[in-house]
Amino acid sequence: MMVQPISDAIIRVRDITVQFGRTRVLDGLDLDVKRGEILGFVGPSGAGKSVLTRTIIGLVPKVSGHIEVFGIDLDAASSGERRRVERRWGVLFQQGALFSSLTVRQNIQFPVREYLKVSQRLLDEIMVAKLVMVGLKPEVADRYPSELSGGMIKRVALARALALDPELVFLDEPTSGLDPIGAGEFDELVRTLQRTLGLTVFMVTHDLDSLYTACDRIAVLGNGKIIAAGSIADMQASQHPWLRQYFHGKRARAVIG
Amino acid sequence: MNGDRTLERIAQGDGLALCAVGPWTARFAPVLERMVADAEKLRGTRPDIFIDVSQVSKLDTFGAWLIERLRRSLSHGGGEAIIAGLSENYSSLVDEVRRVRETPDIETSPVSITAMLDQIGRTVVGIGGTIIGLVDMLGAVLVASGHVLVRPRSFRMTSTIHHLEQVCWRAVPIVVLITFLIGCIIAQQGIFHFRRFGADIFVVDMLGVLVLREIGVLLVAIMVAGRSGSAYTAELGSMKMREEIDALRTMGFDPIEVLVLPRMLALVLALPILAFLGAMAALYGGGLVAWLYGGVDPEAFLLRLRDAISIDHFIVGMVKAPVMAAVIGIVACVEGLAVQGSAESLGQHTTSSVVKGIFFVIVMDGVFAIFFASIGM
Repeated sequence: MMVQPISDAIIRVRDITVQFGRTRVLDGLDLDVKRGEILGFVGPSGAGKSVLTRTIIGLVPKVSGHIEVFGIDLDAASSGERRRVERRWGVLFQQGALFSSLTVRQNIQFPVREYLKVSQRLLDEIMVAKLVMVGLKPEVADRYPSELSGGMIKRVALARALALDPELVFLDEPTSGLDPIGAGEFDELVRTLQRTLGLTVFMVTHDLDSLYTACDRIAVLGNGKIIAAGSIADMQASQHPWLRQYFHGKRARAVIG
Repeated sequence: MNGDRTLERIAQGDGLALCAVGPWTARFAPVLERMVADAEKLRGTRPDIFIDVSQVSKLDTFGAWLIERLRRSLSHGGGEAIIAGLSENYSSLVDEVRRVRETPDIETSPVSITAMLDQIGRTVVGIGGTIIGLVDMLGAVLVASGHVLVRPRSFRMTSTIHHLEQVCWRAVPIVVLITFLIGCIIAQQGIFHFRRFGADIFVVDMLGVLVLREIGVLLVAIMVAGRSGSAYTAELGSMKMREEIDALRTMGFDPIEVLVLPRMLALVLALPILAFLGAMAALYGGGLVAWLYGGVDPEAFLLRLRDAISIDHFIVGMVKAPVMAAVIGIVACVEGLAVQGSAESLGQHTTSSVVKGIFFVIVMDGVFAIFFASIGM
């Protein structure tokens, strides 16, 4: 049961400009992410995909522009409002960014413990539920991040991002560094979680398989702007040179098979 | 949000319906957990218990799990609890949490006398390991030096100069300032106490011997251990964490030769220079105080200094410096390469690099004192 209609934008980015020194990375960029969709965000390496993600979540300062998340203008928000917004989103960083001195259990429980006064029993049960959801065995709970494989780190990081049952998750290259089977499972997992939890997913990716199997809509970044946004069919029909190369190159043909 | 969240109890003939209402989400988890705990007490009171979730307005993992937990604990008492009225959207979520089996317990280590003794035992054994580690590293550095002597082209000049700048040139201001102040303090204290015997002028003897033989080099070595030893450990440790050292090894480079040797060499060259500058600064500070506070004018100070100290004192100080530098460098590099994957481990090893570095410097100083006393220097 969605409270809001499916069409309204959960993230509304308007006229964003981000500059590092004299290089302009994002130049008057507009983007909407609709509630309940999985948006795949692609573009050439170094185009600023991660920068946009980090700008939306407030880790990179912007020169100008407006960002609204859940209908709240993040620049105008008080620190209390901001914290409430942050509680409603989860972020999966490219390298996982698990706390290296905490176990898997503590990593997943950390946000829950900070925000909710619940019993240790419920904390443990929810932790196991999240581990099962991301396809891990409860036995990994007492391992440290340095004792996990790359794919397990991604899964634990996703479990931590989902710990508070957010409405919106940012995934920064979730399938990079995973084997094709693992990546496929991860896409399936994101799809399942989106269905079961009613998530909105903002996914930066390079993985063509992810775009085909997991994403509802695709936005393409180039020259600091969104050069195209739409379904996978729109992308394939596009005449933009980079898009043509991306979706009709050798690797793309292999994916479409 | 929309309405209250409750768990109503409605009797239905023999059975009982537990009716969940409102949003069952993470935000309300503390309240919901208490309600579920209350309802769990109903176990075994009725033959059939239904859990009706048709009026739940919003459900997430927390709510779904609590409902599942309730179902399980009610089912234990013989009768079977059934979840009814589950809407399409949420059935997959409930299926998902149903896959959760038992939760593993945290492995806690018992806190007891035995555990404490165990810890002490391990620490003592660890000391042996530390010494072996240091000797091992000393050997590896000597082997790497041998390689470099045979093939001088493999010596990393740029890296050595870079580290020399970091540990020597950039350390000069702080080392000179601190030793200058220490020189001032020694002179002031000496004059203050010697004045009672009318022996003001002997402050020059004390200052000269103390600064050139002991304080100059010891103090500078401690500062270098804190300043550069910790930096070496942190650098090597974070390289170890990001597998940079493994990368070097796979490319056929010896990490000792590429990373450790330039750092060691820089430190061994830097410490005598810094110790010399430090000794000069301390003598200058002491002379200044002797003049302004004690009334010993510079000419008398220098004359007395020439009589009081011999070149032996200076040589003793300078001989110690490179050995202490080597000890600091070896401890720092061993600790850096022992860092494990976590940020905590990096912190622990950096701390222990400084602590052990300073400890070994003082031990070495004592050994040197015995040695020089026996050869009569």
